[in-house]
Amino acid sequence: MNDVHIVQLVKSYDPEAPVLQGLDLAVPGGSLAAVLGPSGCGKTTLLRIVAGFLRADSGTVTVGGRTLAGPGVHLPPERRRVGIVPQEGALFPHLSVARNVAFGLTELDRGERRRRTEEMLDLVGLAGYGDRMPHELSGGQQQRIALARALAPRPALVLLDEPFNALDSALRTGVRADVRAALRATGATALLVTHDQQEALSTADLVAVVREGRFVQCDTPQELYRRPADPWVAGFVGDAVLLRGTVGSGGSTATTPLGTVALASPPNGRRTGTVVLRPEQLRLTDADAAGVVRGTVTDVCFYGHDAKVTVAVRGLDSPVDVRVAGPLSVGPGQETGIRVTGEVTLHP
Amino acid sequence: MTTARPAARPAGAPAPAGHRRLRTTRGDGAGSGRRPPLVLLVPACVAALFALLPLGYLAVRALERGPGYAWDVVADERTLQLVGRSLGLTAVVVAACLVLGISLAWLTVRTALPGARAWSVLATLPLAVPSYVAAFTWLAAVPQAAGFVGAALALTLVSFPYVHLPVAAALRGIDPAQEEAAHSLGHGHLRTFLRVTLPQLRPAAAGGALLVALYVLSDFGAVSLMRYDTFTRAIHTSYRASFDRTPAAALSVVLVVMTVALVAAEARTRGRAGHARTGGGTARPAAPVPLGRWRLPALAWCATVAAAAVALPLGTLGYWLTVGSSATWDLGALGQAARATFGVAAAGAALTTLLALPVGVIAARHRGRGARLLEQAAYAGHALPGITVALSLVFFAVRYAYPLYQQLPLLVCAYAVLFLPVAVAATRAAVLQAPPVLEDVARSLGRSPLRVLREVTVPLAAPGVAAGAALTFVVCMKELPATLLLRPTGMDTLATRLWTETGTGSFAAAAPYAAALILLAAVPSYLLGRHRS
Repeated sequence: MNDVHIVQLVKSYDPEAPVLQGLDLAVPGGSLAAVLGPSGCGKTTLLRIVAGFLRADSGTVTVGGRTLAGPGVHLPPERRRVGIVPQEGALFPHLSVARNVAFGLTELDRGERRRRTEEMLDLVGLAGYGDRMPHELSGGQQQRIALARALAPRPALVLLDEPFNALDSALRTGVRADVRAALRATGATALLVTHDQQEALSTADLVAVVREGRFVQCDTPQELYRRPADPWVAGFVGDAVLLRGTVGSGGSTATTPLGTVALASPPNGRRTGTVVLRPEQLRLTDADAAGVVRGTVTDVCFYGHDAKVTVAVRGLDSPVDVRVAGPLSVGPGQETGIRVTGEVTLHP
Repeated sequence: MTTARPAARPAGAPAPAGHRRLRTTRGDGAGSGRRPPLVLLVPACVAALFALLPLGYLAVRALERGPGYAWDVVADERTLQLVGRSLGLTAVVVAACLVLGISLAWLTVRTALPGARAWSVLATLPLAVPSYVAAFTWLAAVPQAAGFVGAALALTLVSFPYVHLPVAAALRGIDPAQEEAAHSLGHGHLRTFLRVTLPQLRPAAAGGALLVALYVLSDFGAVSLMRYDTFTRAIHTSYRASFDRTPAAALSVVLVVMTVALVAAEARTRGRAGHARTGGGTARPAAPVPLGRWRLPALAWCATVAAAAVALPLGTLGYWLTVGSSATWDLGALGQAARATFGVAAAGAALTTLLALPVGVIAARHRGRGARLLEQAAYAGHALPGITVALSLVFFAVRYAYPLYQQLPLLVCAYAVLFLPVAVAATRAAVLQAPPVLEDVARSLGRSPLRVLREVTVPLAAPGVAAGAALTFVVCMKELPATLLLRPTGMDTLATRLWTETGTGSFAAAAPYAAALILLAAVPSYLLGRHRS
């Protein structure tokens, strides 16, 4: 299988501020991994090194057991079998859709090339579009053709560089699902670079979070969301509520200003720390219910499918946000009770 | 120099028609920072060396008989006199162009002048007239004009569009709110123009004035026909008159130094000024200034300029065409000259475009000192008058490639050196239009750098490169001084025939060549205009 192994990758344009500082990543063959990070974290540099457009200072990149870059090795991009889907597709404007898709199929004879091109167009749901020119396609269609073009030569690895960025949000979900299905169907290993946490969580099998040239956490989307490695990751992949907490005598709970909460993992001998939980783990209750903490609603933001209720609680420096699904029974100024459900993580 | 070489700058960025532009968001696009591949680097270096040949020649030649001898030529009273004459002519023409260019730009852009659009078009037409054609028509109409007055007149009337065009563009870009603010502070129209508008036009006017000055300094055709001695004419005479090439070379060095000094001076004035609209938002179009009782004088002024710059050349040409009987019309010679012009200009454009291609691609795709040096070397032709380039090629041919001497390839090479900047600028702009990410994608799909160049970069840049080639073709066709020196014995182009016939006062015989030249040059110019729009 086309496993991807990236080991100790280092790259710096300016010795004072290295872009990648010893980056490690392992992606099992056939899976879709998202590289998620804020802009300037080095994720694009990583992608360009894997594709072969940039040379790393040190470290190795192996795909399916083949070393693409390493000590004394730097395969040129055209010999890597690594496809790319750039932002906005970047179709060749002077070639028809079919010739774009067939661009990488130089080794096949004409009949096979046509067959493979049609197969790929079919795969991305654009059969019959072969004779169009790129400017005659919508943004989403261009993006799908770009994927077909990258997948046509059966690359060992496909790199997707924020491919859904240019699409409007209504279109994005559909194209994202199609891309995922197409990748699944071909069994290609894929690396999706993005700064959009929703996109990473909803599209990828595996999400690797980069910060300042290093991976801080690499996990399945669920694990990443439920057990972030630190408060920064927690805040980056979603809304987070941070509380001071003291570990209880049993070691499986912590005491916070919002009451006693269950810990997702043992505290490793830590006595106090920062407790991280998600706004949807908070429930509003009757102000007089037993065993709940009381607070005052300061603000309500209604989104339609749910609402965000901001509650000031005595003993907390800043108010907490609570996600409430369904009809709202509280308004600003009213008293309410708050209860924590599920497990939380504890960080130093 | 009689050609429109400064047009290299406006050659600008013709967008590949019909191609959707793709935005590239990252600065580290394909190739930047990486060393250019050898398949580009080697031919680019050849082109750059080629362009630098004349400068090398000047250094070798001028010092051949010792620095003392060269200094004697330079310090000669006659040389100093030439410096005075050249600078004097340049100053007068530049001043006249500034007056014509700025006044017409203001009248056509900012006032309620009747027919402003038409006047604006008329004011750009003279660009298409080579200086020697203008000189010929003035001589034919007013033979007494020969000398300083005639030379200044002809040069002014063909080169004032170089001031008019950028100033008109700058005027359109000025936020009218600034002028309204000046009015509200109690300034009248004139004071507002002098204190608010004019200072902002300075960079545009200075850039245009530089182009005019370079044009005048390197012009050969108009001053020769008007029999007014300047550097270029003295170099030509010295070359024809004696086998001692050192004086011609030493004079060329002085001319190049003057050119470089002018370019440097203009760059300095540009460095200091900060002229931009402060604050965001789109400017409203300005309300036209009412002319009132100045309407008629303004119209008369525009009509005079148009008459002198456009109507008189065309009228004279038409007159002499009808006066000339079939006896003076040598149709065979005309056809031969037209064919020769076409062939030699096509060869020149082809070689120039070919040499420019690697330099243009590197200039567009690679940063770093090496790439910049290559590009700057290719621009050397900007600072070299045609006559100097021709002299240097004669020198190299006689020494190292005698069979080429007085042969067609040498002339084609001279065109390439002279007009490389035109083609490089066009190629660079065209390649910049093709997003580098497309080259990355092609590489990842298994193409080698050379094949990426052939299958992606060149096809995408082709419309822009072709536009550059057409422009080069036109300027080659109009070239006079290098053609005069380097053409094979017995070969005549339209330009050289025109020059010969006018020189002997046979205006009726010269007219058909002028007409044919204008017609031939108009075709690519027309296609170019269509391509851009």
